[in-house]
Amino acid sequence: MSRTTTRALGVLSRLAGMAATLLVTSFLVFSSLYLAPGDPASFLVRGRSAGPDELAQIRHRYGFDEPFFVRYWDWLGGVLHGDFGRSYVFHQDVGSVIWSRLPSTLLLIAASALLIAVVGVAAGIVGALRRGTRTDSMLMLLVTVGAAAPAFVAALLLRSLFGVKLGWFPTIGNGTGVLDRLHHVVLPAIALSVTFMAMVTRVTRSSMLEELGREHVEVAVSRGTPRWTVIRRHVLRNALGPIVTVSALLVSGMLVSTSIVETAFGMSGVGSLLVTSVNQMDFQVVQAIVLLVVAAFVVVNFLVDLVHPLIDPRVAAAGSAR
Amino acid sequence: MALLEYENLSIALPGMARPVLDGIDLTVSAGEIVALVGESGSGKSVTARSALGLFPTGADIDGHVRVDGTEVVGAGPAALRSIRTGTASMIFQDPRAGINPVRRIGDFLTESLRVSNGWDKGRANARAAELLAAVGLPDPERHLRQYPYELSGGMLQRVMIAGALTAGPRLLLCDEPTTALDVSTQAEIMAVLGRLQRERDLGMLLITHDIELAAAVCDRIYVMYAGRIVESAPTAQLFGTPRHPYTAGLLGSSPPLRAPDGPPARLVPIPGSPMGLLDSAPGCSFAARCRSARPGVCDRTVPRLERHGEALVACHLAEESLTSMDNTATREGS
Repeated sequence: MSRTTTRALGVLSRLAGMAATLLVTSFLVFSSLYLAPGDPASFLVRGRSAGPDELAQIRHRYGFDEPFFVRYWDWLGGVLHGDFGRSYVFHQDVGSVIWSRLPSTLLLIAASALLIAVVGVAAGIVGALRRGTRTDSMLMLLVTVGAAAPAFVAALLLRSLFGVKLGWFPTIGNGTGVLDRLHHVVLPAIALSVTFMAMVTRVTRSSMLEELGREHVEVAVSRGTPRWTVIRRHVLRNALGPIVTVSALLVSGMLVSTSIVETAFGMSGVGSLLVTSVNQMDFQVVQAIVLLVVAAFVVVNFLVDLVHPLIDPRVAAAGSAR
Repeated sequence: MALLEYENLSIALPGMARPVLDGIDLTVSAGEIVALVGESGSGKSVTARSALGLFPTGADIDGHVRVDGTEVVGAGPAALRSIRTGTASMIFQDPRAGINPVRRIGDFLTESLRVSNGWDKGRANARAAELLAAVGLPDPERHLRQYPYELSGGMLQRVMIAGALTAGPRLLLCDEPTTALDVSTQAEIMAVLGRLQRERDLGMLLITHDIELAAAVCDRIYVMYAGRIVESAPTAQLFGTPRHPYTAGLLGSSPPLRAPDGPPARLVPIPGSPMGLLDSAPGCSFAARCRSARPGVCDRTVPRLERHGEALVACHLAEESLTSMDNTATREGS
């Protein structure tokens, strides 16, 4: 079998695996919310007095009285057609409720990912190249503090310092227009990425240090290769594997952390939507967002697996030998 | 003028009881093959790396290393780069570790031509293919596109040799070039190195722990022990009449190339183990392992390298031990 065919088969089986993962997740999500305490029907009549008959009528209208598997099947069929049901709170399609908030959340995640990739990796490179110096110890101290700082603490500190005291950045809302939106996203993005930046810095530093000690690096130096060429092509290039994997997985899990940061900065987005939906027992929305979170995770994992053979050709060889 | 010249080179690392190198004097002339022989930890690799300015980090360096007249100790980046990209290059022990595993063979071979000499891709590739053919690889064009994991150890060591030749050096430093390879491949690699050395009239410093290998290819041999040169002599003389007890011990503990008629040679190991960097001795470093060591002399003062005929020997007993050594430490049957 040619290498291309083997690669293609590998990709297909990964895709099948992804579909299976999402299916299992959808079941778990649906059943956990089904089992969760609280009756959505009684929430729907909140503020009004309702007799048992009226509640039963509501349950029947929304399909709450159907057996579990029938409800799951209906929901799954809808999801496969892009219909996530209706929000009890917004009285809108869940899809459009989420869709309208997705861009601002994606902007927040993209800004954080950029910070991780640029600042986190750069700090790791500096730490590795300046190993044992004062710069390195300072960086490692910051990394320890950063890794231990929960997003909400970072959010509060950033708001009070750069938002309230110095007044450099807005402290609330999403902003309007491109520049204003970017201005609004700076502090939340930093708050969201502090912990992740610290992790990526640490991974980059240790991965770089490991590669710096390799004999092929000494060989490159012995051939008179300029220092930065050696660092780029032989150290950083070879250290990329762990850096890419960890960064990608951290970014794919960020959707969950946006709930904290968006709430702290009073932003409208998928994260803050998740918090309000949980509070208001808007199950359809919660289900859809959780499914989205898992899908993001699975898709990023898949992409990382696709990219890995490009980073290390030995991975591709091991794959086709299997 | 010697192509490679060490003059009283000493390298010390902080926190160690003895220097890594202690007053090394060594020369390699153009077209000459010289071996530097010793056990692991004797400092032979450090010596070879010093020629390219690859000193251990944090080391105190004293003395001189000159490559084609250019001083290496204290040299700036430009001078070092000119030596590394022009005059001298090094072949490392383990090609599997020494060639970047995630880049193609072609990248390895053309990198210095493209980065340091500014050649374009086509010209550098053509030159790399030429070199691969010169080291006896069957399909240069294909190898250029392959990754290191696709080649065997012996093929990779040929790639390493081709890589060392890209700059057209006059001095080749070979750090145990065959140690990581299996026996049949070792002979092939040595044959390739020997041929290239003759064709290109290269000066060659061969680092090895294998004194028989050194004897087979080299004009002169330096024997190193615990950071010092203890004996140097033309190959035939060193083999015929080793003057330093350590040299004799090395010869006695390695299997001979050809077993003569009669009973197989008996191997006599050197007692004790090599001296680590955390040990030091006030006298001769080898005294503690030496059968002929004389108390009160050998363990008191460090012997200096002195001329005995064509050889330089650092042993208090060099003159008198000549005869007794023949009886005690050389192999039976030889």
